[in-house]
Amino acid sequence: MYTRTILVKDTGSGTEDKTREVYTKLLDLLRTDKLEDQVQVVRVADIGFYNKGVVIKVLPENTLYVDVKEGDLARLVQATVKEDKPVEGLAQKKEPKQIRIVLRNCGRINPESIEEYIGQDGYRALTKVLLELNPEKVIEEMKKSGLRGRGGAGYPTWMKWKFTRQVAADQKFVICNADEGDPGAYMDRSVLESDPHSVIEGLIIAAYAIGASKGYFYIRAEYPLAVERIKKALAQAYEYGLLGKSILGTDFSFDIDIRLGAGAFVCGEETALIASIEGKRGTPRPRPPYPSVKGLWDKPTAINNVETLANVPYIFLKGADAFARVGTQTSKGTKVFALTGKVRNSGLVEVPMGITLREIVYDIGGGTVSGKNVKAVQTGGPSGGVIPREFLDTPVDYENLQKLGSIMGSGGMIVMDEDDCMVDIAKFYLGFCVDESCGKCAPCRIGGFQMLGVLARIAEGKGKADDPAILKRISFAMQKASLCGLGQGSPNPVLSTLKYFTSEYKEHIENKKCPAGKCVDLLNYSIIQEKCKRCSVCFTNCPVKAIEGNREEGYKILLDKCVKCERCFEVCKFKAIARK
Amino acid sequence: MEEKKVFTSEIKNLVDKWKDKEGNLIMILHEIQNHHGYVPRELALELSSMLEVPLARIYEVITFYNFFKLSPPGKHRISVCMGTACYLKGAPEIIKEIKNILHVEEGRTTQDGNFHLDVVRCLGCCGLAPVVMIDGKVYGKVKKQEIMDIISTYVKEEE
Repeated sequence: MYTRTILVKDTGSGTEDKTREVYTKLLDLLRTDKLEDQVQVVRVADIGFYNKGVVIKVLPENTLYVDVKEGDLARLVQATVKEDKPVEGLAQKKEPKQIRIVLRNCGRINPESIEEYIGQDGYRALTKVLLELNPEKVIEEMKKSGLRGRGGAGYPTWMKWKFTRQVAADQKFVICNADEGDPGAYMDRSVLESDPHSVIEGLIIAAYAIGASKGYFYIRAEYPLAVERIKKALAQAYEYGLLGKSILGTDFSFDIDIRLGAGAFVCGEETALIASIEGKRGTPRPRPPYPSVKGLWDKPTAINNVETLANVPYIFLKGADAFARVGTQTSKGTKVFALTGKVRNSGLVEVPMGITLREIVYDIGGGTVSGKNVKAVQTGGPSGGVIPREFLDTPVDYENLQKLGSIMGSGGMIVMDEDDCMVDIAKFYLGFCVDESCGKCAPCRIGGFQMLGVLARIAEGKGKADDPAILKRISFAMQKASLCGLGQGSPNPVLSTLKYFTSEYKEHIENKKCPAGKCVDLLNYSIIQEKCKRCSVCFTNCPVKAIEGNREEGYKILLDKCVKCERCFEVCKFKAIARK
Repeated sequence: MEEKKVFTSEIKNLVDKWKDKEGNLIMILHEIQNHHGYVPRELALELSSMLEVPLARIYEVITFYNFFKLSPPGKHRISVCMGTACYLKGAPEIIKEIKNILHVEEGRTTQDGNFHLDVVRCLGCCGLAPVVMIDGKVYGKVKKQEIMDIISTYVKEEE
């Protein structure tokens, strides 16, 4: 059994990744001191620091060293492992802006070992709940914590549990929604894969609170490792008597089963998810009745997202008040975001609610890769909106994002720079929703398709003056009349880009230009004579012979022959091809 | 005729395993697809009579979900991620390149049956965008120029 863990990560600024070197060096040092059985060295994918050289974290003390050089390693092992004290003279750092509640165990424990989870106070919250609290008290605590659903809409978790508890029924269900489908988001996957027991513990507590006897994990089939880990974790929990009949000697019994999703985005919606677990097509149905009254097989059902459930054990372990101290007035706790796109340090970040977008994008994310200005940040996936640069100082919580025309969503956060065209982005997201529309209700099925046609025509330079108005009108109808969140949310990317980037739409429609240089139909290619070295590479590579000239007189592109294949643009080593 | 018998016993085992559980259809289809790579029509027919569910109900489910396939997949399955992060970082060009190299459309298999090209939603490793996955192996931060090399390693394997 290891008594200590050393996490290693080269956080960059150097040219090559030294993680491996440091890792082997540490192992060597430990081996010479015969300490390899006591100390575990782990190379982690993310340590919460960026551009700080080699970062080393020693657990359980949780001391951090940044910018560690190879010569320091012997001293580090000597002091931390043998003498049990921090290394003097090495730069130590306080934890950055990130707080780890949901990801508390990720990367720190072996996800396939229930012992290690228990070693981190795992299942202690469950013991406390089952032995000391009655279900009403559990819901009371949840109310105090202020935890809201992390799946998108931000509905207070305690209310969901209370409503489901109130309904009298012979059987009730709890479901963990692990059908993470937003493109550009993978928070749930990482929690399921690296800390499956925390989600299971949360689900058992939820079941106890509402009086459910059966629970389901609804997991995407595209996440085979997550499915595997949950399966293993469930078997271990049964073995330890944490699932099954009379859990921990109480008269509470609870079983959990796994159901696989099959690649339908709409199944993230509650009623569609229920239909899918019942073995049917995943189409939503009108609400009310809400699942808390009539859910799975018409029984009261509470559906919670993975991240929501992973918060639950923490609340009962540390107390609702401790949890509620983090965050803002209306949004408590932390949120995990998948920070991706044109940002330098992409990865999962867990931040307290109320942090500004600027802090996330610049302080944690390190700005854009290209060094260009951030143009916008997109949150909430296909149902969310685009937030322009001017609003980067907005504190992130449910209400603020909604005011800006976006949503918290499940946690995708995509950074866009000046090379990204907003019409193209709107088209991309809407295209996704049109593909994924289940086709049950007309506003979503027809409205989405029509809007996509309008956007395509704008991107091709065939847009008409009243197209923005048409887009707004269809959006309004979809928002008001669609059956479920998919249809209601899908106009958001269009509306928010229209609102904040009106002039960019105008450029496309009136001047037939794409300022970001993305919409191929609106671009013309030409050779910048000052940069051209007359190497003739473009000339020989053009598949349609649209480039004429010779090495003495230079070259030019014949626009009437050009098919905009971009071949010349790619092969030119001197960046002498202009796209405008 | 013989193949049909093999199917029957396989289906019977599956149905026995899931019989007592409600809403089992999707899980049974998952197991069938895991084994065959797609859902063969004969199996669906067999399943329909055993579960006493109309064939239309089964096909309704198969065709609704993207995950289920009705035709055999290629030998190597290429999935190109089209999540937002990958899209921004040039996935469309990667797809174009693969299509050019293999002469194959999305969701189709090459004529020699060696490669199947799929464009998928999100492989969940946005930090590595753009991402291409071939037979479960993930290639991250793929550049257009590297595609040829990557694919040719699989072609060589064939030879």
